[in-house]
Amino acid sequence: MKRYILALLAAAALSLTAGAADYNQVQPAQSAITFTYKQMGVAVDGKFKRFSSQLSFDPAKPSAAKASFDVDLASVDTGAPEGDEEVAGKPWFNTKAFPTARFVSGTVKALGNNRYEVAGQLTIKGKTQEVVVPATFTAQGSKGVFDGSFTIRRADFSVGEGSWAKFDIVANDVLIKFRITATSK
Amino acid sequence: MVNHYTATAKTLHWLMAVLLFGLLALGFYMHDLPLSPDKLKLYSWHKWAGVTAFLLVLVRLAWRLGHRPPPLPASMSKSMQFAAHAGHLALYGLMLAIPLSGWLMSSAKGFQTVWFGVLPIPDLLDKNKEVGDLLQTVHLGLNLLFVVTLLGHIGAALKHHFIDRDDILTRMLPAHAKEN
Repeated sequence: MKRYILALLAAAALSLTAGAADYNQVQPAQSAITFTYKQMGVAVDGKFKRFSSQLSFDPAKPSAAKASFDVDLASVDTGAPEGDEEVAGKPWFNTKAFPTARFVSGTVKALGNNRYEVAGQLTIKGKTQEVVVPATFTAQGSKGVFDGSFTIRRADFSVGEGSWAKFDIVANDVLIKFRITATSK
Repeated sequence: MVNHYTATAKTLHWLMAVLLFGLLALGFYMHDLPLSPDKLKLYSWHKWAGVTAFLLVLVRLAWRLGHRPPPLPASMSKSMQFAAHAGHLALYGLMLAIPLSGWLMSSAKGFQTVWFGVLPIPDLLDKNKEVGDLLQTVHLGLNLLFVVTLLGHIGAALKHHFIDRDDILTRMLPAHAKEN
């Protein structure tokens, strides 16, 4: 009987430690938000150099996970300096009026095999859309790495207006890719 | 007397003349445009035309290897004949090097060349800003050299026609083919 109680206690202690693995310290140097867009049918890669994020993820309790990202839109790298200048302007991001894009997570669903589906709200240029972001989680020692990608339509956020509004030169679909590395405290 | 170029050589010569003048004009024009959808479109067209010109020059070289051009007139001095051959060698070299530099520049700048938006040309270089800027300078330099060489080419053809009064210019003209 005594041994049985000890085993129970040990199991409880184990589950407690497991539950304490909360990945919430985002490591910016090992994290990246990049994107791919099509220009005249040709895929071009870009990235955002600066973003801040809050994260709380416990693999034992994925439904309690929370994430929010604030992306500094002026830190965009479209692949060409004149492109960077252009997309900061009014027809694109209008960074003077809308300096950041924001993602806030809602429900997080575990799909098994370290795959998750994060529903959330994405706000760019004052327009908010519901998005569903698939992500995988890989624990690497004390670090956890989240990888994923999802496609948004730039027109949903009025990104690329006026002469850019048609999709024959710059496509509507933009693939957003991310790799976020976080450590647990 | 067989003292004219083959119809194929003439067709390739004049086709490329039109294409290369278009490419040169477009290249110098589009470079200074402010960024707009039209600019991106023109860049793509320039790249497609550049790939086409490169393929045409390969066809031309293959044709030329199999079909010797008519000999230069005996009235030309040895040094003039040498200058003519050197000029043509420079033209061929530049017609090969310029599209290659443009292709490599596109790769280094991170904008892959996709021929007519359909056929992707592989990127030989990884994206690298410094290399891209360097290749841009190389592409411009080669083109300036090409413009100078072309002016020499046209100037020489006109000199042969109006001053030397030989058949150097006419043997490349379409009409000449019908006489033979």
